[in-house]
Parts: sequence; C-alpha cells; structure tokens
Amino acid sequence: MAHDHDHHEHDDAKPHRHPIRADQDDTITTWRAMEIAVRGLLIDKGILSADEVRRQVEDMDNRTPLQGARVVARAWTDPEYCKLLLTDGNAACEAIGVDRGPYTLVVVENTEHVHNVIVCTLCSCYPRWLLGLPPDWYKSRSYRSRVINQPRDVLKEFGTTVSDDMIVRVHDSTADMRYLVLPKRPGGTDGWSEEKLAALVTRDAMIGVAFVDTP
Amino acid sequence: MVTSDAVPARFSPGDRVAVRVAYPIGHVRTPYYIRGKQGVVERLCGTYGNPEELAYARSGLPRQPLYRVRFRQDEVWPAYSGNRDDTVDIEIFQHWLEPA
Repeated sequence: MAHDHDHHEHDDAKPHRHPIRADQDDTITTWRAMEIAVRGLLIDKGILSADEVRRQVEDMDNRTPLQGARVVARAWTDPEYCKLLLTDGNAACEAIGVDRGPYTLVVVENTEHVHNVIVCTLCSCYPRWLLGLPPDWYKSRSYRSRVINQPRDVLKEFGTTVSDDMIVRVHDSTADMRYLVLPKRPGGTDGWSEEKLAALVTRDAMIGVAFVDTP
Repeated sequence: MVTSDAVPARFSPGDRVAVRVAYPIGHVRTPYYIRGKQGVVERLCGTYGNPEELAYARSGLPRQPLYRVRFRQDEVWPAYSGNRDDTVDIEIFQHWLEPA
C-alpha cells in the first residue's frame, strides 16, 4: 500500500493508524428524514413502488447536457429552427425528438453585442431535462449572490472575459420559466455536421459562463 | 391565455413598471433586491398559479400573469461598474407590479 507521508515519526514501531471512516458516515437532516418518511408512506399505500422511485432517480441521473447541445447545434445549422427555438423553446425541443420538458423554456441568444448568463438567485432552478443536474457551483450562495450584481467579474473567474462594449444580460430564473443560453457559433466551423457541432457545446456555455471556443 | 380562473393582464411589453415594496412572510418569488426598483416589461410569459398560495397546498387560483421585466443594472445596484446598458431580467408576478 502506498503512503504519502513520512514514516520516521513511527520508529517506535507502534501500529500505524489511518483515520477510520466512521460507521455512521452519513448525515440525516430534517429534510432527508421527511423524504424517507414520505417515500415510505407512498410505497406502503401503494401510490408508488420502490422501483418507480428508483427508476425516476435513474432517469434524472441519466439526463446530460447532450440534449441541450443537440438543440443548439440544430439552431446553428437551421435558421428556421433557430427562429422557432427563440419563440417557442418547448416546441423546438419536441420538433427534434428531445423531451419538451415540464416548464416553459426561454432561450436567450448570444450575439456579437449581447452575452447572456443564467442564475436562480432564490434557489437552483435549471432546465434539467436539457442539461441534467445543475453543478454544485450553480447552487452555491457565492455564485447566486455575486453573478447577479458583478456578472463580469464572476465570468472572468470562469475564464470568460466579455468585452466592455458588449451588453451583459443576467437572467434571474425566479418563477415558472427555465432558461437556456444559445451560445454564439464559433468561427472555423463552416460546413460542419450537427453531430460535430454538438460535440463543441458544453454545459457551461449553455448556462452562459463560457463561450464555445473555435476548435 | 386569460380564462375565468386567471387574472387579466394589466401590462404589455414596453410598459414601465415598479416592483412593490412589501415584505410578506411566506414563499415569495420576488427577490428582495428588486423590490422598489423600476423596469420595463420584456414579455408576458402567461398565467401561472400563485406560488405564495401553492406553497401551502392551496389552489393558487386565480392564476396570476407572469412577466419578464428588464432592469438596468446600474439602477438596481448603485455601485455597478459594468456597461451602462447591462441588464438583469427577472420573472415577476403581476400582483407585485405597479405602473411607473
């Protein structure tokens, strides 16, 4: 077994101890206790089965930004589709066989003059059916409280410098809309297939904290 | 969009509105930082159940018109240092808005 610390302090030949993982290595908060209790009741009453709950969790974990990337790549290659995406995001998802989602989708377009970035200052609203589960930083108090009033500084911390003459629009997802940023298509991609373009589109670009880089 | 269980929309895109300054207890979706600020209606999003009622297992009816309202960052945050045209766009329910 590899050790990454010195042994010279243990020359008295005492048994060498590593920190032990506690038997109770989990925390049980009020909300978790409530979830477990409600889930148990729903299963006992036959309203849901344990397998249905498991399946739902599995479905949720299987959603990835690939769905959003497909939508973006189609919009980059088909101007009519792009128009539909910007006016009726849910219909645009459905039109290419992507889940239309349980919330109204608002798509905001990055241009050479405007950069959009999404936050939910009140909690962590996020278009999960297109991007999967939100990253931890999206839910952090730091991101939520700072991107709203110093978006340019926060974007810089992500390595994204928006020039002073561009407009930055922060979208606070406070109620029943969910937001997707349509990033600017990078140069040097003329004639690329949708599949090849989709592979360039990242989660962070669709939240608006990154650009899609020229390959 | 407007049905008998929904409140009719008072505002249209382009209208100047002010966010009410009120501090009710409960599940309110109007962030503190925007109360008392003025902005311009960007779009009517439709009508949705009132979250302040839904959160307590009530019907949420009548549904309230929900708007996206655009605010200038330098009016929301006096110390804002970015481009003067930078904005924050927020969803706000009609019962939190007044004409400005």
